[in-house]
Amino acid sequence: MAELFPNVDWLDLVVASGETLYMTIIAMIGTLILGLILGLILYLTSPDGLWENKQLHFIVAAIVNIFRAIPFAILIILLLPFTTFLFGTFRGSNAALPALIIGAAPFYARLVEIALREVDKGVIEAAESMGAKVSTIIFKVLLKEAMPALVSGITVTTIALIGYTAVAGMIGAGGLGDYAYYYGFTRRDFDIVFVCTVLIIIIVFVFQLIGDLITNKIDKR
Amino acid sequence: MREQEDYYRDKRLSVLSKTERRFLLGFFIERGSQMIKISQLSKRFKLGMEQIDAVDQINLTIKAGEIFGVIGYSGAGKSTFVRLINRLEEPTSGSITVGGEEMTTLNKKDLRIKRQDIGMIFQHFNLLWSRTVSENIAFPLEIAGVEKAERNERVKQLIDLVGLTGKEAAYPSQLSGGQKQRVGIARALANRPKLLLCDEATSALDPETTDSILSLLVDINKKLGLTIILITHEMHVIQKICHNVAVMENGRIVEQGAVLDLFSNPSHQVTKRFVEQVMGKPDEEVTDETLLQSVSTGKLLKLQFIGESTNQSLISQVAKKFAIELNILQGNIKQTQAGPYGSLYVHITGDDQLVDEAITYIQSTTVKVEVIKHG
Repeated sequence: MAELFPNVDWLDLVVASGETLYMTIIAMIGTLILGLILGLILYLTSPDGLWENKQLHFIVAAIVNIFRAIPFAILIILLLPFTTFLFGTFRGSNAALPALIIGAAPFYARLVEIALREVDKGVIEAAESMGAKVSTIIFKVLLKEAMPALVSGITVTTIALIGYTAVAGMIGAGGLGDYAYYYGFTRRDFDIVFVCTVLIIIIVFVFQLIGDLITNKIDKR
Repeated sequence: MREQEDYYRDKRLSVLSKTERRFLLGFFIERGSQMIKISQLSKRFKLGMEQIDAVDQINLTIKAGEIFGVIGYSGAGKSTFVRLINRLEEPTSGSITVGGEEMTTLNKKDLRIKRQDIGMIFQHFNLLWSRTVSENIAFPLEIAGVEKAERNERVKQLIDLVGLTGKEAAYPSQLSGGQKQRVGIARALANRPKLLLCDEATSALDPETTDSILSLLVDINKKLGLTIILITHEMHVIQKICHNVAVMENGRIVEQGAVLDLFSNPSHQVTKRFVEQVMGKPDEEVTDETLLQSVSTGKLLKLQFIGESTNQSLISQVAKKFAIELNILQGNIKQTQAGPYGSLYVHITGDDQLVDEAITYIQSTTVKVEVIKHG
């Protein structure tokens, strides 16, 4: 191994992988929560929705579209003052989280909206005919019936997030992207870049596998 | 097979809870009283600049314990109409009272509680695929805030009632269409409603399954004294289970009355077409003239049955009473909730006097007799 990858410090790589996983998982949880809220608002306030509201729908749709349009590398820079205000620094894994969540949540929100639209209107009507409250419809009908699509949506989003963590590495967020850039690219030690790439691919595969397993398990259609 | 069916029927009856038995008792007193009164009910949709009256000034009274059919072609407004009753669609104007309570003035919370008293089943069943059969049936009970133990007990009864024992843990995707609709019916009955709305409940099912679902509906109508409002575009559904029927076209009720009356005396063009769906077109039948040609002796009779099932054994009674020969040449008789409806062509031969006596005998029953002669 040492001959094949002369410049690789394996302990550093374990730490870097840990940072990537940390950022990915925490950002995934944040994205899940924020994305679900935004997606639900988009769905519920849409024309013919349960809480039809043109103004609110327009505002949320605009926010989602704007943040989806900003390239992630630029979004990080735009959010620098905000992260500095939150954490006192813009370096480190924690400092990357706001940008990761704000970058990924609008994307997931759209996937949530699409997933909810796929829920059979008749089933919602049936719940209404039984006298269900809107909250019951949201938690017991909409989210439950859309669950496979919500899970595969968060899988796709999480994989995009893994890519984002590598970009966040450029501003010193830590993780495999950071490591590949500073120790691999700037020093021209391309064996490091290669190993980091393989590790990221493995992480992506693992997330995809877990996502697919859960989707298949809960899909009873 | 037959015995098994009877066994299950008896078993299902015995699973009725105390409340249900009490309810049944109440229904014998209440049956026939007014369940639903609808007056001047209208629903207007705006489509861009155009306005469409999906439901146009409907007036109806539906008695407790009756199966009331609403028939119309697609676009006649019947689906909108049934949704106005539980306010899944908000009426533009008019009034609806269900069990003496005005629906149109209820606020959101009271409407939700009132809806728990009105079951509804749908053409495409609208089950939650993420829930098992039991969980689907338990859903309205969860909404109504029923305790878990009581919920499980009730679900068990309902599964027995609709004949789905053994399928409790199955998911809707593992069921056939008929089984799905049985789940739909069980779910609609969970909160012991007094009214059941059926929106094209059999239109997605094959003829055989349709029949089994229809007999289940008749069954629960009799057992639970449930009032049923049924929307359909198939006349045979009306013929088989309804007591009264309204025919809709362009948002209006063009004709209404007892099923037999509509069959024997349809006045509106649309009603006539629907009756033809079941009875066939008059010109498809062999004419009286051609029938007469096959008859050289005796007499040709046309017997018209309009309700009253006591006359079902009429032919054999006549044959036993009089020493004459009876030969059925042609017939078209359908069973309705109020008895058989249709006509029968019979060739009668024998001693002239006896033939006349037999005819007089038939005339004394409720069956109409017409002696067909040449010309």
